[in-house]
Amino acid sequence: MQVFVNFIMDGLNLGSVYALVALGYTMVYGIAKMLNFAHGDVIMVGGYTIYIVFLQKDMGIAAAVIASVLICSVLGFVIEKLAYRPLRNATPLSVLITAIGVSYLLQNIALLTFTSELKLISSFIKLPTFNVGPVRIEGISVLIWITTLVIMVSLNNFIQKTKTGKAMLAVSEDRGAAQLMGIDVNKTISITFLIGSALAGLASALYIAKYQKIEPYTGSVFGIKAFAAAVFGGIGSIPGAALGGILIGLIEALAIGYLPDSIRPASDGVAFAILIIMLVLKPSGMLGKTKIEKV
Amino acid sequence: MKKLLKSKSLIFTAVLIIAYILISVLIDQGKFTRSQQAIMLRMCSNIILAMSLNLVVGSLGELSLGHAGFFCAGAYAGGYFAVHAGLPLTVSFIIALIIGGIVGAIFGFFISSSILRLRGDYLAIVTLAYGELIRSFAKIIPALGGTRGLIGVPSLGSRGDQWMYMFAVVIITFVLISNFTRSRHGRAINSIRDNAIAAQSIGININRYKVMTFTISAFFAGMAGVVFAFFKGNVEPADFTYNLSIEALLMVVFGGMGNLVGSIIAAAGITALPEILRDAAEYRLLIYAISLILLMIFTSNPKLVELRKRFVPKTLFASRRKEGVTNGNA
Repeated sequence: MQVFVNFIMDGLNLGSVYALVALGYTMVYGIAKMLNFAHGDVIMVGGYTIYIVFLQKDMGIAAAVIASVLICSVLGFVIEKLAYRPLRNATPLSVLITAIGVSYLLQNIALLTFTSELKLISSFIKLPTFNVGPVRIEGISVLIWITTLVIMVSLNNFIQKTKTGKAMLAVSEDRGAAQLMGIDVNKTISITFLIGSALAGLASALYIAKYQKIEPYTGSVFGIKAFAAAVFGGIGSIPGAALGGILIGLIEALAIGYLPDSIRPASDGVAFAILIIMLVLKPSGMLGKTKIEKV
Repeated sequence: MKKLLKSKSLIFTAVLIIAYILISVLIDQGKFTRSQQAIMLRMCSNIILAMSLNLVVGSLGELSLGHAGFFCAGAYAGGYFAVHAGLPLTVSFIIALIIGGIVGAIFGFFISSSILRLRGDYLAIVTLAYGELIRSFAKIIPALGGTRGLIGVPSLGSRGDQWMYMFAVVIITFVLISNFTRSRHGRAINSIRDNAIAAQSIGININRYKVMTFTISAFFAGMAGVVFAFFKGNVEPADFTYNLSIEALLMVVFGGMGNLVGSIIAAAGITALPEILRDAAEYRLLIYAISLILLMIFTSNPKLVELRKRFVPKTLFASRRKEGVTNGNA
């Protein structure tokens, strides 16, 4: 029983980080209607930012987190401006290939700058562990849960209540009509990327707090799993992304925990299998809306 | 057998055959270093893979990021057969090619049948997931050697002999695929790419053609895997990460989507580039990434397309897609 509870705790941790990343995917996909393949790699860049600021420059945790969020949001903004905006009205195929190119670019820049060696950041955020009955709860888990919850609620409020948020909803609903109503579509999409990438920066801090390591390919697989979470919950839906993230994290942690040793090398496949099942059976996800295609 | 080859592909087939004979002679005379020979053999499987991906990306207009999976399935199936069959080499290679192709095609058939409702981004990400899943399965099947992989795939003899066998597969694949794309079915597939709804309205069964394209493409990807297994001598899961799919995509995009000859040249070029640019080899991937982004912007940005149409003579881009339909559907 205690083992089971520990797996659940692990799953919740993993799931909360997935959820935070999935929020970024879901916003960009919902509003700009494109799969930002490079989102996972932005997280990787955030991780290296923390590595430099915290370990090499020794400037403390707060500075590292702020630097990571800043660099990631600027990076997201620049990527959108230089690579995606010129293709705003191009075919989805060319936008997707460009996004893959950006992802490849970030990975290779990291590879050239930091080599493929795994960088350990072991002393990043240290919090005490405490016991609730028989259950051991790590302090870092509580931090991750609270951060994800706060971000999710405030993001939801931001989109529902503020003017910019409503503009995002309008652009997501019908780009042409939104433009006719005087909404600056380009600016709205830029802001979306800015926020999504800032979340990626925060996610990278939590990722490092939890896993304490970074390498150039950290982002790509992690990013695809988080995208699976966003799809699972229904792309475009903020509560959906959070729910999908938590569920994928739980399923993955339980699978890793309970799969027999002979199958364990395939545990990465669990998230991919979920992604396939979800997209094949219900592409709109759990909380997503079904869109009817018109001629 | 009305007309196996049209003049254009006939010329290129002749070019391929001349290259084939020329390089065989040069290898026999020992004009190439060992690493150059290895690159030429690696080229063979890459060219076949690029041609097979071109069928999906160029003709059907969908993005498959799972071709590494079909390649992997073919490499394991063909490799497993070659290790355990104990037949004479030539026979073993030919049967392995067929087995690898068929296993790839089976995966292609079932995978594409399951994703008929998906298009664009979702289709790309699901094929990626399938590819990774195939690789994960290869890791845990004991008969395939687990994470260590399959070892002891027999060699086809000297580098010169290997080249004879492997490049022959390239030429055959080129003839088959270029005929297929110009057939009735090939044109039906192109019409789905250009406008799926219009294609459907004139009675083209979109689902059937989607499955057909994926199955045929996966067949050749599987064969490419077999060629790779025979070249490398062993097969391990680490060879088939999704970076392989991305590299194949690079070859197709740089060669011009839908242009088979372009795919061959780009695949050969990208495989040979590390050897040519020895000093800048580190920056190779960086250069690819930047050129990929720039290429997409220059060929797809509506304003730049306008500009190009105004200043560049039409004949230069005559084989490209018609501009009017690019916004219709993809």
